[in-house]
Amino acid sequence: MSTSTGLEQDAVRAEARRGLLIGLPAIATLTVLFAIPLIIVVAYSFGTRTRTGRTDFSTLDLSAYQRLADPLVLEIVSRSLGYALLTTVICLIVGYPFAYHLATRTPRVRAVLLVLVMLPFWSNFLVRTYAWRVLLGSDGPLVRLLGALGIDDVVLLFTPFAIVLGLVYGFLPFMVLPLYAAIERIDHTLIEAARDLHASGWGAFRAVTLPLSRSGVIAGSVLVFIPAFGAYVTPELLGGSRTTMLGSYVVRQFLSARDWPFGSALSVAILAVMLLATTAYFRTGGRSL
Amino acid sequence: MRTSIRTAAAIAALTLTAAACGDDSSAGAPAADCVAGQTDGDLLLYNWNDYMDPDIIADFEAEFGVSVVEDFYPENEEMLARVVAGGAQYDVVVPSDYMIEIMREDDLLLPLTRSAIPNIANVDEDFTDPPYDPGLLFSVPFLWGTTGLGVNVELLGDVEPSWALVFDPEVAGQLPGRILLLDDARETMGAALRWLGFSPNSTDEAELQAAADVIEAAGEWTAAYNSDLYADLLISGEVVVALGYSGNFLDAFGDDERFAYVVPKEGATLWTDNLAILATAPHPCTAHTFLDFILRPEQGARLTNYIYYPSPNAFAAEFIDPEILEDPAVYPDAETLERLQFLQDTGETEILFTDLFTRARS
Repeated sequence: MSTSTGLEQDAVRAEARRGLLIGLPAIATLTVLFAIPLIIVVAYSFGTRTRTGRTDFSTLDLSAYQRLADPLVLEIVSRSLGYALLTTVICLIVGYPFAYHLATRTPRVRAVLLVLVMLPFWSNFLVRTYAWRVLLGSDGPLVRLLGALGIDDVVLLFTPFAIVLGLVYGFLPFMVLPLYAAIERIDHTLIEAARDLHASGWGAFRAVTLPLSRSGVIAGSVLVFIPAFGAYVTPELLGGSRTTMLGSYVVRQFLSARDWPFGSALSVAILAVMLLATTAYFRTGGRSL
Repeated sequence: MRTSIRTAAAIAALTLTAAACGDDSSAGAPAADCVAGQTDGDLLLYNWNDYMDPDIIADFEAEFGVSVVEDFYPENEEMLARVVAGGAQYDVVVPSDYMIEIMREDDLLLPLTRSAIPNIANVDEDFTDPPYDPGLLFSVPFLWGTTGLGVNVELLGDVEPSWALVFDPEVAGQLPGRILLLDDARETMGAALRWLGFSPNSTDEAELQAAADVIEAAGEWTAAYNSDLYADLLISGEVVVALGYSGNFLDAFGDDERFAYVVPKEGATLWTDNLAILATAPHPCTAHTFLDFILRPEQGARLTNYIYYPSPNAFAAEFIDPEILEDPAVYPDAETLERLQFLQDTGETEILFTDLFTRARS
């Protein structure tokens, strides 16, 4: 540092200034659309609900946070965790072979397959979820097919099965794309080398492909798990009794219960858990790479 | 670091002050100085989805030379959230009975200038002194109806109209996954309270707990809790009994005789949707004129002919299709009317209603 000339220091400073200037739009956007709303949510979480459902800020306390230990909240949280984990695992099991297949095709085939992965995004997510209602309905093709196979009286719609199916359907592309990016980057000669050294196909996969694609596994899992944990549309449309997930529970606090402090406290708690979980996940993932 | 914490604290303080000021500014709005038939600009109407005959709007625009700008909401709570948040400006909103009570308490409504609404005299005497707005100081009734059960009679045949259809293990329990309840704490808890023989406006914790237990047990056979698609789910065969609002069912059923709407014998909710003027209305006089216009017997009748909800207008009957007037599902008979009751604001107990319901359904 002390050996650098004044000219060099000037260059470094100019660089820093330019960096700040370039980053300004992003910083401004994040401040206005993320930081300030977040502060408002945190502020609300310390208020108390008035009789008519307004928020009273005259007595700031932690009463909203105390309710987080409620058995009902814990039940909904563990249910959401369960559905989200199941969704992530299924997406990984379904998405990995597909991403592998995708990454090992010729560029032309790959382009077509990638478009197919993106295709669902061209129509509205809400509309596609409503379509599942028809497909899973008691008069729908799936139930009829099962009936024809001699399996009668199956209820698919409004069940946990419908929710997880809807979540997997909705978030699968978020798993496939990072996996594809990671697998595609792998130097294929390494796998050939492993096979030359008498590794079985499975052995080469475990020793070479899987470790090298770990960054994709981590990114895909996080990208699926986080939105699945807070999902709102899918459980609202496909879920039934006893399937309330966190997203719906938070919305209910803001609308029907008009309990903004508790809704805010829930949101802050979810955010904190997410932050901790993903940090831990990235850390452990990073170390073992 | 220290600076950034201070900045954050300042922003938080600002937010709190802004929120606090918002509460202060609503210290009861003074009545507007309007006369009958006066207009002071275009009408900004914030109404439910599918809740107005477009011809009525066209006639109002033509007669008074103003435009009506319509915006829509799917539930009371969303309307309230938007009005409280400010920003969007509206003159007239269409809150349900209990919502009038909430909005009055928060001084969100403009006291009506009665001399500007001479047709308020047309309101049927059953609705001139409702518990949510005694003496109609802040609202005029728009339409009314009941909350009952839509039934697939093709599958179930002629059933006894009773809450047993959704709560009795002997009856509803035979229809696993084929029952639908409203995603509404007061309505669904109210139904359970009636089934148990209690008042839907009970503030007794033990009674409410018992009702919540009924709903929780009903989770065994309840397919879903839904407040907007219940009629469609009944018609598509997804469920065979659904709790919901009279007009929606009747509108969805049309002439289809496979379905029927019934008011349970244990009693049911009588509700009204009402026209009210916001305290912040930019055009209060046009708003008064609009309320007066809707209270004309012909306009009230047109509304009923269009939406299939009964009219609270005492003189509308002669303009209403006889077929609708004679349909007991739309206009309940005297005996049924006796068993109908408004849901009233239960004060502090409201939170308990929501809490117990959320618990029971989750």
